[in-house]
Amino acid sequence: MIAFTDAERKKYRNIWVVAEILFGEIQPVTYELTGAARTLADLRKSEVWVVVMGSDIEGKLESLFAYGADVAILVDNPGSSGFVDETETKIMKRLIIKYKPEVVICGATTRGRALIPRVSVMTHCGLTADCTGLSIDPENGDLLQTRPAFGGNVMATIRCSNHRPQMATVRPRVMKSPEPDPGRAGRIIKEDMLTSDSEKIKQIIDVFHSTETAYNLADAQIIISGGRGMKGPEGFKLLKQFAQRVGGAAVGASRAAVDSGWIPYAHQVGQTGQTVQTKVYIACGISGQIQHLVGMQSCDLIIAIDKNPDTPMMQIADIAVVGDLFEIIPEIIREIPNL
Amino acid sequence: MKIVVCIKQVPATNDAKIDPETKRIIREGMKAILNPFDTYAVEEGVQLRDKFGGEVIALSMGPPKAEASLREAISVGVDRAILLSDRAFGGSDTWATSYVLAKAIEKIGDVDLVICGKQAIDGDTAQVGPGIAAHLDWLQATYVMAVEEISSSSIRVKRMHEDGYDICEMSLPAVITVVKDINIPRVPSLKGRLASNKCEIPVWKPDDINADTSKIGLNGSPTRVVKIQPPPPRHTSTKKIEGSSIECAQTLLRELKLRSIV
Repeated sequence: MIAFTDAERKKYRNIWVVAEILFGEIQPVTYELTGAARTLADLRKSEVWVVVMGSDIEGKLESLFAYGADVAILVDNPGSSGFVDETETKIMKRLIIKYKPEVVICGATTRGRALIPRVSVMTHCGLTADCTGLSIDPENGDLLQTRPAFGGNVMATIRCSNHRPQMATVRPRVMKSPEPDPGRAGRIIKEDMLTSDSEKIKQIIDVFHSTETAYNLADAQIIISGGRGMKGPEGFKLLKQFAQRVGGAAVGASRAAVDSGWIPYAHQVGQTGQTVQTKVYIACGISGQIQHLVGMQSCDLIIAIDKNPDTPMMQIADIAVVGDLFEIIPEIIREIPNL
Repeated sequence: MKIVVCIKQVPATNDAKIDPETKRIIREGMKAILNPFDTYAVEEGVQLRDKFGGEVIALSMGPPKAEASLREAISVGVDRAILLSDRAFGGSDTWATSYVLAKAIEKIGDVDLVICGKQAIDGDTAQVGPGIAAHLDWLQATYVMAVEEISSSSIRVKRMHEDGYDICEMSLPAVITVVKDINIPRVPSLKGRLASNKCEIPVWKPDDINADTSKIGLNGSPTRVVKIQPPPPRHTSTKKIEGSSIECAQTLLRELKLRSIV
């Protein structure tokens, strides 16, 4: 693979964010990534550009400036009925060739994870999935991308020095959303949607909102989560009772519990499940592999219940309860109404 | 219908060893399994073949012992398998891996549909499926939870999203990546086991697929792992609660009440 020369690298400027648009609304992950991009752009003394592909979205672009964007590129795609990977790839490729961004960041959502790998192959760029940390070399613009690796036991730092742009995805709620500044202004660049962009041999027949596939843990204030220590589906029945008693609690799970088939995937917390930042996270019988910890360690209060006091989860918890959760939890459930 | 299922052998445990030089996984001498998500891809391939006829081929890139995962695919009904194995492929990132798989699919020829698992459990990138589609310049559908209809020229699938799902119809050839909801993988039959023991699995090298050697292996990979480190510690002082179960429960309840959690 032919590496870029210094001179070629220098033609690439600015940090881009690919906006996540759902049903005509800019999704929170876009603001989170705009904030992260702002930090990188400040170090490089460059700008934050957000690419917005959608229809009827022009009136909502001001909010991007408030969160730190300098430019919003709008590609209005009237009548688009849903997410067409190939169309968005063609648009992205065209914009990348025209404007030469140094970095492109995209939400690691089902749509983002379908779109960006395709774009990275088409533009011959390196791509790092599910980054939990992004920093940049202020001198040469190399993006340092950190992510859990090898089953989640270590953190790897990845660099793509020889190619531009450098591409990364970040999962929702991994980066903290910045405080918006409503007075901040920015520029809008309108790019035409070309007829050649549209993928005519693919059609989105129908789009359904459904809670069937999505058990949204992120909206809960409290998550009660179980791991291998729950021993089976019966253990999760106990956690559901516990969650009902603690009003408004959701039930989460570790990958081990989900892979064992004790609870559906939609409940999984961690690198390959959902990332959560709730007020309270109660980890029951979860040892705390890195891939789980990265999905929940920004929760405000972490309580762990486990027989083994030496697990990683018990070390990072604010409150670590050492004991048999099959005795402790029923006791708590019994006592809650008496408070 | 000619279907290719791309599969990956992954470490069975999480205590993977890492090459200090390349910072990539040392796969030799490690217990390995077929990537669990790929078992759904294999099953879907076999079911579609059973319904519509044709052939289903399993394809994998990896060290020689990755052959075991291909044999597993044959034991549950795949017709034949091909292993892409050569030192020159080693160190490939997702860009280079998807290039190699795409070149092999071109070499197989007349393929209508490629099926991948949504991601592999070691890397968790979910980038190879769309990468293959991009290298081939084929259409793609990811996170597929059901194949609703398929004909010789088109496929209609149900795609999972965070907020629900959509129904997407596209012409073939195409690449789909599938999630757990799509089927229940079968266990191998005795006949399948015998077939998997007997079959010959050809090994393809870069020359066999006309691969551009500047696009494969470590040299063909735009990404470089530059550092491996333990995760940053969460700054906290842990309050430990010990004693009998009743004492533990009561102390914890006091803590929860103190914070107005219950």
